[in-house]
Amino acid sequence: MSAFVDALGRVPPLLAAHVLLSASALLLGIAISLPLGIWSARNATVARVSLGFASLVQTVPSLALLALFYPVLLSLSALVGGGIPALGFLPSLIALTLYALLPIIRNAVAGLHGIDPAVIQAADAVGMTPAQKLRLVEAPLVAPVLIAGIRTAAVWTIGAATLSTTVGQPSLGDMIFAGLQTQNWALVLAGCLSAAALALAVDALIGGIEYGIRARRRWLWIASAVVLVAGTAIATLPLWPKSGGDRTVVVGAKNFSEQYILARLIGDRLERAGYTVEYRDGLGSAVVFGALSGGDIDVYVDYAGTIWANEMKRRDVPEHRAMVAAIADWAAREHGVGLIGSLGFENAYAFAMKGADARAKRIASLDDLVRVAPQMTLGSDLEFLERPEWAAVKRAYPLRFAKTTPYSPTFMYRALESGNVDVISAFSSDGRIAADSLTVLTDPRHAIPGYDAILMVAPSRAKDAMFRAALTPLVGRIPVEAMRAANYQVDRDADKQTPEAAARWLAAKVGL
Amino acid sequence: MFPASYRNMPDNLPALAFDRVTKRYGATIAVDSVSLEIARGSFVALVGTSGSGKSTLLKTLNRLVEPSEGHVTIDGTDVTAEPAPMLRRRIGYVFQNIGLFPHMTIAQNIAIGLKIAGRSDEAKVAELLDLVDLPRAIADRMPDALSGGQRQRVGIARALAPGAKLLLLDEAFGALDPVTRDALGTRIRALHDRLGLTTILVTHDMAEALLLADRVLVMKTGRIVADATPADLVAGKGGGDAQALVQVPRAQAERLQALVA
Repeated sequence: MSAFVDALGRVPPLLAAHVLLSASALLLGIAISLPLGIWSARNATVARVSLGFASLVQTVPSLALLALFYPVLLSLSALVGGGIPALGFLPSLIALTLYALLPIIRNAVAGLHGIDPAVIQAADAVGMTPAQKLRLVEAPLVAPVLIAGIRTAAVWTIGAATLSTTVGQPSLGDMIFAGLQTQNWALVLAGCLSAAALALAVDALIGGIEYGIRARRRWLWIASAVVLVAGTAIATLPLWPKSGGDRTVVVGAKNFSEQYILARLIGDRLERAGYTVEYRDGLGSAVVFGALSGGDIDVYVDYAGTIWANEMKRRDVPEHRAMVAAIADWAAREHGVGLIGSLGFENAYAFAMKGADARAKRIASLDDLVRVAPQMTLGSDLEFLERPEWAAVKRAYPLRFAKTTPYSPTFMYRALESGNVDVISAFSSDGRIAADSLTVLTDPRHAIPGYDAILMVAPSRAKDAMFRAALTPLVGRIPVEAMRAANYQVDRDADKQTPEAAARWLAAKVGL
Repeated sequence: MFPASYRNMPDNLPALAFDRVTKRYGATIAVDSVSLEIARGSFVALVGTSGSGKSTLLKTLNRLVEPSEGHVTIDGTDVTAEPAPMLRRRIGYVFQNIGLFPHMTIAQNIAIGLKIAGRSDEAKVAELLDLVDLPRAIADRMPDALSGGQRQRVGIARALAPGAKLLLLDEAFGALDPVTRDALGTRIRALHDRLGLTTILVTHDMAEALLLADRVLVMKTGRIVADATPADLVAGKGGGDAQALVQVPRAQAERLQALVA
């Protein structure tokens, strides 16, 4: 229970960001939908186009819609010479606004079409101008139906806003995603309950406005509206400007335990150096480098091979030290991003099998795997099958699995343990490799590049001596055994630790 | 269309004039080149079967229908000379479905014409309720709390509120029971005389037309086929189409008479 109370402590700032994002998207959605809805009710062609577009948006999964605006805004920014943030608030706002359009436009059109034609004829006959007709007759009659649409949009928006975590916008989704990765169910529960409570409260309040107008109970809808506005203001209180400005740094993390731990390790050091630290957890590995070079985050840990293949589009596999040097050179030249150094361990993709199974089938290397792969199922993390590393492995070894199934990392290990899959794309620094006695297959053809953990800082911090000084002691300091042990503290099922606790343990272990 | 000498004598102008008014909907001709003059202060009934074009012709007066060809003038001025909302504020229009605003009280419904014109007069609502024989107490009620007959009275009060001198009744009594219908017809005729209105009543009920109007026009397939006083029509004049319509109430009256005899 105390874990749950601890988790609830993380709610206020995330709730504030969540409410601000949802409310902004809803208001923008209303501002766009209202004129569009009125126009659509008057013109069948406009109705076909606007409702068709809004319905099309709904068919795109919300996660994909959010991700879609990253490349769109990135190229737009390049087009106008930079300055448009491709991550964080803006893409989330656009995606959620588009999501909010359909129910509002649809209800506006249905409501306007549903007005008794005799009433419209009477409005014309008494000599109302089109504006008077809209204000005095159509608006009040369509209001309950329209507000029902806004209510639906509000609930959708609040729900979908949890996904904005993946594009670097803080929301209650931060707790859900982080909790899922580290199997911290108290965190997941606190995040889900907060989001659900927010949605229910907003639903009830807008419902109160809707009913108050429908039943002509003035006090009811006015009271509901006042509570709604006041609640929004109070919930966003933590976001209101406070002193600290330039001393606030944002530490980014991808969506797995090691990243959460390292982010806290970095954050603790920066706090000790006098910075105010915020965390952006759960960033997709496709967007995190962009977030750094765009200044949305100030520092994070990436892996050499990931930058090499994904960002630099290189296919060759040089020796570790040369690769890190080449990355440092490229990052500074192309993006102004600073590379402070390697942390001292590697987190490579490593194909792993259950030890007993590997011995029985006499498989020790990827070469051995080729012959049995057609009878086997590969379990991977969510992105591996799309990554250039998998393409490189397939080029080097003609692997054809009977089936491939992506999992979130935690469940990938479970799937191997339970026999749902025979081989997984594990991570070499993962504590579960030793704990579960897995066999890591060797890569005799050197298809998989090195994955040294490297500390990357944003252009604005690359020449900040005080900032660099706080982080430099981490370089070369973390051996893979220590990282594995820390990871396992968070990933194991029994006596699970939080990333914060594991980070403190790691710092003590390596003497920082 | 008028002699030049009339131009400076508006009192002698016909209140309303239709000059070769035609309304087409695609290939269908609803009103077929109708020319007609209606004198100030007259109570004219426009009678015909469904689809004869009588309602369409009526609506060209307040521009709820725009003619395909021809001109409509009120007091010598073309109805298109000013924006339609301005024109309509001076014309009372009452129709079968009434169209009371369901979100407004009876008082707000009656005063709507004043409100949109920027005039507001509380006393006027009570006066208008008296005029159409409604108790003043219903002023604060909502339309859905009223009976059909009461609602139509509110519709008439709403039409007369801005001080309209031209009243258009478009099947205004069509949905009412016979007793209410008769009472309301009589009341309208009394208001017409008292307020000095020019009234056009569109109806498919020849008996109603004969009993209320000074002049009866019969329409068929978009044309006016008879134009006569009620007395002349009852006396058998006005031509075959008109007599076919007059025959209905006459035969009913004779059968009722036979029951007594």
